[in-house]
Amino acid sequence: MMREITLSQAVNEAIAEEMRRDASVFLMGEDVAEAGTPFKVLSGLVEEFGTDRVIDTPISEPGFVGLAVGAAMTGARPIVDLMFGDFIYLVMDQLCNQAAKQHYMSGGKLTVPMVLRTNMGATRRSAAQHSQSLQALVAHIPGLKVAMPSSAYEAKGLMKTAIRDNNPVVIFEDKLMYQDRAPVPEEEYLIPFGVANVQRKGTDITLIGTSSMVQVALSAAEILAAEGISAEVIDPRTIVPLDEATLLNSVKKTSRAIVIDEGHQSYGVTAEIASRLNEKAFYHLDAPVLRMGAMDVPVPFSPALEDLTVPTPEQVAANARKLCAGEMIHAA
Amino acid sequence: MAKAKTNTEDYLRMYRQMVRIRTFEDNANQLYLSAKMPGLTHMYSGEEAVAVGICEALTDDDRITSTHRGHGHCVAKGAEFKAMFCELLGKAEGYCRGKGGSMHIADQSHGNLGANAIVGGSMGIATGSALRAKLQGADDVTVCFFGDGATAQGLMYEVMNMAALWSLPVIYACENNGYSEYTKTEEIAAGSITARAEAFGIEAHQIDGQDVLAVNDLTRKLVARARRGEGPFFMELMTYRYHGHHVGDINREYYRSKAEEKEWKENRDPIIRFRAHLVSEGIATEDELDAMNAEVERDAAEAVAYAEAAPYPDASEVDQHVFAA
Repeated sequence: MMREITLSQAVNEAIAEEMRRDASVFLMGEDVAEAGTPFKVLSGLVEEFGTDRVIDTPISEPGFVGLAVGAAMTGARPIVDLMFGDFIYLVMDQLCNQAAKQHYMSGGKLTVPMVLRTNMGATRRSAAQHSQSLQALVAHIPGLKVAMPSSAYEAKGLMKTAIRDNNPVVIFEDKLMYQDRAPVPEEEYLIPFGVANVQRKGTDITLIGTSSMVQVALSAAEILAAEGISAEVIDPRTIVPLDEATLLNSVKKTSRAIVIDEGHQSYGVTAEIASRLNEKAFYHLDAPVLRMGAMDVPVPFSPALEDLTVPTPEQVAANARKLCAGEMIHAA
Repeated sequence: MAKAKTNTEDYLRMYRQMVRIRTFEDNANQLYLSAKMPGLTHMYSGEEAVAVGICEALTDDDRITSTHRGHGHCVAKGAEFKAMFCELLGKAEGYCRGKGGSMHIADQSHGNLGANAIVGGSMGIATGSALRAKLQGADDVTVCFFGDGATAQGLMYEVMNMAALWSLPVIYACENNGYSEYTKTEEIAAGSITARAEAFGIEAHQIDGQDVLAVNDLTRKLVARARRGEGPFFMELMTYRYHGHHVGDINREYYRSKAEEKEWKENRDPIIRFRAHLVSEGIATEDELDAMNAEVERDAAEAVAYAEAAPYPDASEVDQHVFAA
């Protein structure tokens, strides 16, 4: 039996292994050392690696992300911890104008091998400034890679690849999944970027989910299976680079698709993937490719409202049922 | 003029580097005026003693970050004319293969981490370079060039705080040329600029940025101390830009007078002052310095001609270098 560990432990292990392997890797952010972050993901690292390599910073997000860019440009491999994904707005200049563009602007001479690890995900009753899923903002900028682990296994393999990558990589962990357990081998493994994972085989419809929405898609597939609808579930793992071929091959086979991501639906990750499928698999489709993102509202505090904003397995299954029956979801 | 412990060779190289910057800028301005240069550029003319005084105190292992007004830093840190002019014209042989242009020239072989077109945008990079040096036990120092206008950016205060907390080997070099784009510095900066650094416990110096020996002397001392772990430091260098905010900023009497420009150019020019010093001290004759000027002008003319004839990047390069291998 393979051991099971939490997503939090998986991230911790990945970082520790890479810090042991490469002395140029270091970690910085708010309360990453003794506190181990509010989610305790990094607990124990400062004890092993010391305060020179696990650095507590002031609450200065643009400042310490800027420091990471400069350290990365001159031979270090920083991992920056951004306590909440919502704080990405604070670091946009350092991330998008500085980190993302150095390699291109210098004609390939400068590189920025850094990892920005942060989180996403609503339904934690944290309201509008601590619940957003902002991966689309980052994925829009050429020069940034974006990974979205969907389990402890994925989180470890993707983090190790991110640390070894020679580009700025942003990893969004779903903060509601930190205690979720999954089988993770003791022996070392890496998960390459740009290779999607077909989590469940199916023939009637393709459900493409990112991060926690993979779990939503898998639950929906269970519901559908009981009704005789065979759903294929695919996890792209990284949205930049995106494994278009695997998604297209699946849709050409099933002829129907729903794309699910926890970012706001408008101008989002779901729109990008759906558009590519429409452009490149149009003649194989029997129904419009459907987007299911978070509602286009600031995330509300009240549980009664917040739970309405995020796609659920029941909603995914209901939409899949209609697509397979040839029913119109959006009347023309 | 302040006395620095340098020899004749150092003095002549400093003079030559200042003349190279002025000559480079004169040629770049001509390229703009004759519509041969795409886009626009920001002239460093008038501020030469700052870049040269500082960079002559550094080695190739020491890093700098530069600004939109960055040609002077690039030349002073050791860059060649040909690759610089090629970059300004968007040619394949430019330092950045034509992808950066005037506002993003980087020359990492001499430790120039690049010009930055976001005002104050490189302060994190410079401080991060210094953090890397400290973490890896390297003894290089990073100088962060920025203008008085950048002191209005919040990033500066975040990174100075961390640099001071962690004693990082970084020197913040504020080139105060009196104007934040089209606005007088006193209209955008409350209080004293050096006091901003002092609030973090950072040793700060205000210095005449038109006196290359004074700048060099102070920088040598601060660099040596930064290498010993006594950093960070802050320098406010009082200087002047002869041109407008950018080359197209021609009619500027609404924000500064011609009389003021004339006063700086005629009585406080860093090259004229240093040249007079070299002659009066018997370090070089007028003829020798004229010959050096002529040689630099020939080099620049050759480099401009080379760059004008050089090929543009192939279309296949447009999507190269988005990601590193």
